[in-house]
Amino acid sequence: MIVELGHFALILGFAVALFQATVPLWGAIRGDAVLARLGSQAALVHFALVALSFAALTHAYLVSDFSVLNVFQNSHSLKPLIYKWSGVWGNHEGSMLLWVLILALFGAGVAVFSKRLPDDMLGATLGVQGLIASAFCAFLIFASNPFLRMPNPPIEGRDLNPVLQDPGLAIHPPLLYLGYVGFSIVFSFAAAALILGRVDAAFARMIRPWTLAAWITLTLGIAMGSYWAYYELGWGGYWFWDPVENASLMPWLTGTALLHSAIVLEKREALKTWTILLAVVTFSLSLLGTFLVRSGVLTSVHAFAVDPERGLFILLILIAFIGGSFALFAARASALQGGGLFAPISREGALVFNNLFLSVASLAVFVGTLYPLLLEALTGAKISVGPPFFNLTAVPLMVPLFLAIPFGQKLAWKRGDLLGAGQRLWICMVLGVAGAAISAYATGGGPILALAGIGLGIFLVLGALDDLLDRALRGGIGLIGARLRAIPQSITAMALAHAGAGLMVIGISATAFETEKIAAMKPGETLALDGYTLRLEGIGPVTGPNYNAIAAEFSLRDPAGAELARLRPAKRVYIGRQMPTSEVGRYRHGLSEIYVAIGETSDGQHVDLRAYHKPYVLLIWLGPLLMSIGGILSLLDRRLRIGVPARRARLRPEPAE
Amino acid sequence: MRRPLGLLLALALSATPALAVRPGEQLPDAAQENRARKLSAELRCLVCQNQSIDDSDAPLAVDLRRIVRERIRAGDSDTAIRDFLVARYGAFVLLKPPVSGQTILLWSLPGLALVVGGLAAWRLFRRRPEEGTASPEDSLSPEERAELQALLERPGRGGPAS
Repeated sequence: MIVELGHFALILGFAVALFQATVPLWGAIRGDAVLARLGSQAALVHFALVALSFAALTHAYLVSDFSVLNVFQNSHSLKPLIYKWSGVWGNHEGSMLLWVLILALFGAGVAVFSKRLPDDMLGATLGVQGLIASAFCAFLIFASNPFLRMPNPPIEGRDLNPVLQDPGLAIHPPLLYLGYVGFSIVFSFAAAALILGRVDAAFARMIRPWTLAAWITLTLGIAMGSYWAYYELGWGGYWFWDPVENASLMPWLTGTALLHSAIVLEKREALKTWTILLAVVTFSLSLLGTFLVRSGVLTSVHAFAVDPERGLFILLILIAFIGGSFALFAARASALQGGGLFAPISREGALVFNNLFLSVASLAVFVGTLYPLLLEALTGAKISVGPPFFNLTAVPLMVPLFLAIPFGQKLAWKRGDLLGAGQRLWICMVLGVAGAAISAYATGGGPILALAGIGLGIFLVLGALDDLLDRALRGGIGLIGARLRAIPQSITAMALAHAGAGLMVIGISATAFETEKIAAMKPGETLALDGYTLRLEGIGPVTGPNYNAIAAEFSLRDPAGAELARLRPAKRVYIGRQMPTSEVGRYRHGLSEIYVAIGETSDGQHVDLRAYHKPYVLLIWLGPLLMSIGGILSLLDRRLRIGVPARRARLRPEPAE
Repeated sequence: MRRPLGLLLALALSATPALAVRPGEQLPDAAQENRARKLSAELRCLVCQNQSIDDSDAPLAVDLRRIVRERIRAGDSDTAIRDFLVARYGAFVLLKPPVSGQTILLWSLPGLALVVGGLAAWRLFRRRPEEGTASPEDSLSPEERAELQALLERPGRGGPAS
């Protein structure tokens, strides 16, 4: 009954989305404020219906209703509660329903928080959002329905893929989707601005909170996924240039560029067309990512052909929205006038530099991800494009970008003074070089690129924070407290976000200095690891709620011989799918980790293991965390908060043409 | 198994965490072993999802690792080993595709985009002095312009004496 209710709510939601896609948009174009304002109500009702539908599916999971095909295929009655919960989005249909829910959430967000938008802008934005929602509701109902019943309900479900049974994976998809799909509303704003022919500083202000919100969650989502890979997959890698990862990195790169170009638009009314283009491209890349992940095209071009219905459906949505928005862009962009003047060496110039490198990096990822697919589809030739390609293209592009950040922060608008910025930054550069030299000494040499990376990271962190220090110290020692409080929140936000990028660079560079040991050990044997000692205390079976495991117990001792911790890596086999997964044993000291994973017990006595000492590895995720905190601070800045209307945002009569 | 953004069930279905290189496989000579690891990281496990043979537990990956180490011991160069594997398995085995007619676009597009984008940015700066003469007034609507005009023309009140 509840399932049918959810099904029905979804269909009603589809109907409301169709209304939202037509009437308010029509009202906006015709200048009918009443019709345009209906967009708000439609968006709220649509959200309520989709939320109801989502709640119904969640209920089916929580009570293990195996008469629902989707629940049967992806759940198990013995599964811990949290994974029954997360199982809702751990499969194709459920995750698409989450996708639509988040789409509706952002539409409702605009209806609630942006009441003071001009009527036509509101109507057009929510109208475009309704168009996207209609397309994906149709996809759910006709091609990926999560509410289908089974005629003969089985007694037990097939269980959720065990790799997904992890707290990290429970929250990773919603975060990632909030980011990816969040850019939909920015896209809708951009399309509305193009339709209405109004792109100005007020537009930049309107999209700012939404771009930030999407960017923050996407940053957290990607970092979360990377951290999960690190501790779950068993060898401590954190980024693999996998097409699925690339699908989320591309919109992140262009979204970051958008965040920066919107600042130029807001302050100087420049880069209008470019900012609109970025908004369109970012969501297009989100759609592309959905297509890549959901159509099965990644598994192989042929898998796509075997079950083409879903893939084709998303491909059509993709073509319609990307094609439509680019056509709109081509038709209207030429009418947009450029804004203020600025010299190459200026804050605007630095932001253009930022946009250039972020966009080209995104393009490099795009080409590397899609090239093998297109080549195979067109010529039948099979090639692989793996990590070495991305490490040679996208990664080097980040170096000039990171180097430029502290300079950009110091340059004035319109016309800056590079020499002056350099003079204020030389001490940061010296400290960066000193940091690299100390690392070289401490590790006895090491790869020169990694040392340079550590120097770059230190320079970036110090250069980013120098601004704050400079402002705090300006009034003398006694006034530090007052001066610190007087720093605008957005300045602090920027400094923290940039420092976060620096921390990440240090963490990634430091992976070059990790120690890896591969060994087979018997109980009682020890293994030396960078001065630490691992001793295998025993191996034994462990039984979990829905898995059986072989666990090993290690004692970890520091150089002085004192025991620091017991590590219990394990190899699990889940009962439902008979699939093995690994649980690693980790010991954290400072920002570094000792990491142990076990493999087969080769002859019943020895256990194969990999042990690592990973210096400063946690910085890889603390960096993005700090970036997101910067984003959150910026979002909370009183001057820019959602709902505070920019004076110029009021509806102005259009000039007669 | 390399499936960090494990949203996708289709791919994650094949996910089994792995230890890959096993203790018994390693070469006694550290330098040679190091070479083997580096080379393995650039070779694709053909039956896996986007995994190198260095990371995979698949039987094929184990075999390929053994072949790589045998060839290294036999004194082959890295290039010779790659060629040997390409002859057997095709270019698909290389995670770093060599530059060829088929891949020239792949390798050149990022560089081209940087050059084209750089030129576009340069033109943006260069073109400004001639074209970007828009005064703030240009962005005013006719009503606002009329209002401004009226303000400017209003006599007295501390305005410019005329």
